[in-house]
Parts: sequence; structure tokens; C-alpha cells
Amino acid sequence: MHELGITRNLVAIVSERAVGQKVLRVRLEVGRLSGVLVEAIRFCFDICSQGTPLEGATLQIVEVPGRGRCSACGAEPLLAAPLGRCPACREPSLRIVAGTELKIVEMEVESCV
Amino acid sequence: MCVICGCGEGDATVHKVGAAPTHEHDDPHVHTHADGTTHSHEHGIYHDHDHDHGHDHGHVHDHPHAPGHPRDLHVPGRDAQTIALETALLGKNQALAERNRGWLAGRGVLALNLMSSPGAGKTTLLERSILDLQGQVAISVVEGDQATLNDAERIRATGAAAVQVNTGTGCHLEADMLARALDLLQPAKGSLLVIENVGNLVCPALFDLGEKARVVIFSVTEGEDKPLKYPHMFSRADVLLLSKTDLLPHLRVDLQRMMGNALTVNPRLKIIPVSAYTGEGLDAWYSWLCDELGGLAESR
Repeated sequence: MHELGITRNLVAIVSERAVGQKVLRVRLEVGRLSGVLVEAIRFCFDICSQGTPLEGATLQIVEVPGRGRCSACGAEPLLAAPLGRCPACREPSLRIVAGTELKIVEMEVESCV
Repeated sequence: MCVICGCGEGDATVHKVGAAPTHEHDDPHVHTHADGTTHSHEHGIYHDHDHDHGHDHGHVHDHPHAPGHPRDLHVPGRDAQTIALETALLGKNQALAERNRGWLAGRGVLALNLMSSPGAGKTTLLERSILDLQGQVAISVVEGDQATLNDAERIRATGAAAVQVNTGTGCHLEADMLARALDLLQPAKGSLLVIENVGNLVCPALFDLGEKARVVIFSVTEGEDKPLKYPHMFSRADVLLLSKTDLLPHLRVDLQRMMGNALTVNPRLKIIPVSAYTGEGLDAWYSWLCDELGGLAESR
């Protein structure tokens, strides 16, 4: 299951950037065509964050819908899975333009007053 | 992930096959967990386990989540600061992959990431290719498996150099594992490097290793709709080798529908039906390999 490795990366990156401060919230963008299962990230996060500055943090995941653009007919279909053939004109000219995101957008840390 | 000790991608080991052993293969490797329970792995598996995880995740499946387990620990009255990160989650692997890519390009080595489900015929096709191209193309191999040195030993028996990566419980190779393997293997300039990934049609697709091209092997026994079921793997491939065509007389498979499904997911796929046993299609495969190697030599 690759989501474990990805979540460990997430905890490592955020811990490093938090520089000792407690992390209250993390916001991710996970595209629906990224090949990553959001529920598996949530499951792994509960485990991987224990004993780190991210323990107890709110995990917000924004799921970006998949979208393609056809260079033959100009259609921009929504995609549930990677696809190369345009569903509108059947030409093999579909490019994926959204939905492959896999990033940490921001974190919210507790700052000392 | 091992559900007992939680070990995974961080515990891959790399072995040079054919070198004098520098460690005990008989060591049963008994692991003691934070809670005092133990488990052991099979004989013959050399692990370099680092259990310094910093926190206890000994029995993952036992983790109790009490009702109302708090996810939000905002403490009223404390200041909070939002910091934009905009950081790719796979950024570290990506950076290492680019470093591998640069290293390989500098030596004119053509690196291929060979992927398939377990048993599709990667190693057999590799053995045949190495023997057929002997004297024409220098080939070295990085083998990826959860356990055993079997595949690397099969490759070594053909006369090609091979290094085995054992991921332990990891389900795919990552860029850092390739970097360590390249260190040991030192592929010759202008040669062909084949990275035989762990048999898995799901996870390897997400992890760039630094390869020049991705070759997916898909056997004729696996079902016409497989490309639609595993779109991420097929959409990121450059070449599709339809293997075991020698079995076609015994199967009721619609080869045209199989190829059509693959092209629907990825219209740019180069599809070559092959048989490592009869030799069908291998000329086209070798032709593609030599074209790629030639292209690499010209661009240096």
C-alpha cells in the first residue's frame, strides 16, 4: 500500500517545516486521477502522526476532480479515471489537465503569544 | 506494510549477486517490539531493519479509536499561524529520480522501468533478451522483489550483471533504492539498464525512478479489460509487451479488444505482442531497444 509511504512523507515534510511548533491543521490537495486513495491517507495519518508535532492535527483534504482537454474537438470532459481517447469525438487527442495533484497546500501552527 | 511491526518502504536492502557473502544468511532475525512480543522473518532474508521509528506503531490493526477521538485540538485563546507550503508530497522521490536521470544521461545509459502484475513474464523475457542480444548490447539489471535473490541469480546465470533489491514488505521500488543499486551495479557507459520492478500493477506507476521509458508487460491470460481496470499503470507506460502469445491457441481471448482497451487509456502506447518461448515479436522489441539506444548515443 503506497499511501503509507506518502503519509510518512507528509508527516516528515510538515514536521520539518513546523520547526518544533505544534501543528493544528494540514491542508492537502489530492487529485482524483493521482492514483492515491484519500481514505487510506486518513487512516495512515492517524497512525503516522502519533508522537510527532502533527498528532491531533485536523487533516483537510481537497479532492480535485479529473479533467481532460481534447485538442481535436475542444471538449473538456470530467474524468473519473485516466483516459486518452476523447469521449466526445473518439479521437486519441485527450490530455489530462487537472486531477493529478498531490501536494501539501498549507499548515496551521500554534504560535506562542 | 507488515501488519506486525509496521516496517515498509524504509527497510529495503540491496544485494550484489555473485559477490562473496559478507553477512550471515542463517540468522533468523527475531524482532522484539516495544510491547515485548516477537516475530521473525524467513531464513535467508537479509534485513537491515531500523526500528527507530520514534513512536510505537507495533500493532497497527489493534489501534483503538475511542468514540469521540479528538481530531481537532485547537486550544481557544492561543494564536495560530497559517503557513503556505505548496509542497509536492512525492517531491523527495521526484528530486532523487531527477538526480538518477541526470546520472544515467551523463553516462548514456538507457534505463527502462519494467512493470507488470506478478507472473506476467518479466524475468523470462529479460533472460531471453539478454541471450539474444549478447555481443550486441551490454545489459545490466536491477531486480526488485519483496524477498529472495532468485531473479537476480537467474539474470546472473545469463552472464549479465544484476543487483537485487529486496523491499521487505514494500510493494514498489522508489528512486532512493535505484540510487543505491546504481552505486553497486555501476552500469557501463552506453549500456542498457533494465529495472525489473516489484510485480504490481498499482503502486509502481506512482514512483518515478529516473527511467527514460516505462515498459509494461501484460500477458494474454490476464483478461481483455485489464487496461481499463488499472488505468494509472497503462496511461503512464510507453511500451506494452503483450506476452505469452504462444498460449493463444489454448485461450478464448479477443486480442483486438485487449489492444483497443489499452489504446483507449493511452493512445500513444507502442504495443508489441511477444513470446519469450517461440521468439514471436522479439525482433520488433529489439528493434525498439536499439532505436532508443541509438537515439541516446546521438544526443550525447
